[in-house]
Amino acid sequence: MEKEMTLQRGGPAQRYAGKLLLRNEIPLDENTFQQMLSAKLFTPVPSITRKKFRYHCRRCGNQERKLFADIPCQLCHKTHVYCRNCIEMGRVMECKSLYYWSGNKPVWPVHENPCTWEGELTRLQQLAAERMMEALKGKEKELLIWAVCGAGKTEMLYPGITEALKLGMRICIASPRADVVRELKPRLQHAFESVSVEALYGGSTDKEGTAQLIIATTHQLLRYKEAFDLLIIDEIDAFPFHADPSLPFAARRAKKSPSTTIYLTATPRKQQQILLRRKKLPHIFVPVRYHGHPLPVPQMKMTFSLKKDLRKNMPPAAFISWIGQRKNPGRQLLIFVPAISMAENLLHPIADVLLQEKVIEDRKKVDAVHAADPDRKDKVLKFRAKELTVIITTTILERGVTFPSVDVAIFDAGHEVFEEAALVQIAGRAGRSADDPTGEVIFFHDGKTEAMVKAIHAIKQMNKLGGRL
Amino acid sequence: MHCLWCYEEIIPNLNWQNIFTLFKPRSLCEPCEVRLSKLVGSRCRRCSRMSAVRICKDCEWWEKRLGGDVLTCNHSIYAYNDFMQDVIAKWKYRGDYQLGQIFKQPLIDAFSSLFVNKEVVIVPVPLSEERTLERGFNQAKVLADFLPDSSMEVLKRVHGEKQSKKSRNERIFTNNPFILTRPIEKPVLLVDDIYTTGTTIRHAAGLLRKHGTPKVYSFTLIRG
Ligand SMILES: [Zn+2]
Ligand SMILES: [Zn+2]
Ligand SMILES: [Zn+2]
Repeated sequence: MEKEMTLQRGGPAQRYAGKLLLRNEIPLDENTFQQMLSAKLFTPVPSITRKKFRYHCRRCGNQERKLFADIPCQLCHKTHVYCRNCIEMGRVMECKSLYYWSGNKPVWPVHENPCTWEGELTRLQQLAAERMMEALKGKEKELLIWAVCGAGKTEMLYPGITEALKLGMRICIASPRADVVRELKPRLQHAFESVSVEALYGGSTDKEGTAQLIIATTHQLLRYKEAFDLLIIDEIDAFPFHADPSLPFAARRAKKSPSTTIYLTATPRKQQQILLRRKKLPHIFVPVRYHGHPLPVPQMKMTFSLKKDLRKNMPPAAFISWIGQRKNPGRQLLIFVPAISMAENLLHPIADVLLQEKVIEDRKKVDAVHAADPDRKDKVLKFRAKELTVIITTTILERGVTFPSVDVAIFDAGHEVFEEAALVQIAGRAGRSADDPTGEVIFFHDGKTEAMVKAIHAIKQMNKLGGRL
Repeated sequence: MHCLWCYEEIIPNLNWQNIFTLFKPRSLCEPCEVRLSKLVGSRCRRCSRMSAVRICKDCEWWEKRLGGDVLTCNHSIYAYNDFMQDVIAKWKYRGDYQLGQIFKQPLIDAFSSLFVNKEVVIVPVPLSEERTLERGFNQAKVLADFLPDSSMEVLKRVHGEKQSKKSRNERIFTNNPFILTRPIEKPVLLVDDIYTTGTTIRHAAGLLRKHGTPKVYSFTLIRG
């Protein structure tokens, strides 16, 4: 099934248009390729240009000297510069060109009635969806959809995507995280059964990137140029999109002109909030979760001995007293810690406490997970399947992942890794399902920080706005 | 200076212990550096893996199978771990040539304490021509070029078939992938990035020995 979907679609226009590729990414024999090149079906562009002492990678936009290095070239017998910044996508070096399709423009199928999703949108979701369709029809350049964690943002996109498919447009949903891309693919394929959908990320089984609806990690956008009529960028506030300048560069290049870009966020960064306030970035705000209940407001619990407890690999004293008196002990528990080593070191002591407090009956019900953990995917699945009752995690589970019924504890919530957006996202893990729309969120700290205060304020603010609607 | 792996700036912290060694240029920052795992303690005399016994089971197996091992001994610097796997993948397979610099100083240090007074001819383990073109460099040659003595490329790899997909037994019984372009009648030090089963090294060593090389040692970055 997967195989069939990735077979070559349409002609070479459909296959190559909208891409910016290295020669080895074009699976044509040299003869055919040369013929197409002289027929001007492909146009070469230099991959790395230099102005005085400044290099510029034309694939990722990198201009930082420290991200270029030298390599002796086996073909030219000279030393060349190559770009280290985008090397995960294949090495770009001075003597090699990038190619884009300059033949006829591809025609994408016009779908009369592509949406096979049978769910229903809430009134607020519907409002956001209509605003998005308006942006699309009016050829507006950008629109930000600010939707709280749990608002059901994917479903909100369906009417807009439907509209785009009716117009024969090409669409890309880009997310900074491969987990999200993997999760979105079946949902979108199910919602648009007759449409070609591909998921692209490092190591994905889909590789060609020739579908009409592409779901990709933001890095994969580096292979596109003037490809999409509708570009949806998920979690624009998240690392690494806001930290790596090559990603906005790639996003800008990947869209056609004219085109519409939709930004999604639950926690806009300062810079974006300023744009919103100055009305420089059109937006729509969805302050209510799909089930209509307010966001859980975090509670702060002060523990003077917090750092001392953690140094001794002990959970904070206030955590031990809280755990015995949770409002709903049936919920699973997510414990966020600021460092990988802490996740590992606390595993056994926490298991001891939980056994003693009878939260668990077997120490196998607790585990720790972090970014460098090779079993990360497995452990998250186990937690989802309720084989684990408690999971201790670094910020990797801060976004994207949804569990229906959890309480959330943050140890050392004042630590610098827990910036405002992270705290709001973490709090947003609780109360996700209509069956259990509340959940406790506790910040264990030894002195409140601005980030903590601001996060709580932001959550209350959203609840206030939501209550008014 | 920036760390070759994470690009963070390397800020030397000066104290009385390191003030004289400080000027050795560093390629990795401290937090990245500690993620590499150096081989320490008691090791197999033959293959360099960490081992409580003098000669490990694998090496005994070779000894028996070859009726006397063609390899005198291997020396490796690092154990294989997840971080090393990432570094090697980016260096070799993605082709991030510059990452090789990480290993320059450790390689020179180990070489000068182990082989410098042994009269050896340094021979890098070759890649096939097509693979060299594809990657743009042979990682074994890059490593050999870091050493203070010059190397001789007397081996050629005839077919560039990827070995990693085969089982160990299959690998051992496939034909020798190397040809020798010039016999060497002095002891040879083979250089490669990784010693995994020891098959590749022994294919090369066997060929050299057959053509008059009295002893073959190997120097590999990693004991996999
Ligand atoms: Zn680049
Ligand atoms: Zn580093
Ligand atoms: Zn051994």
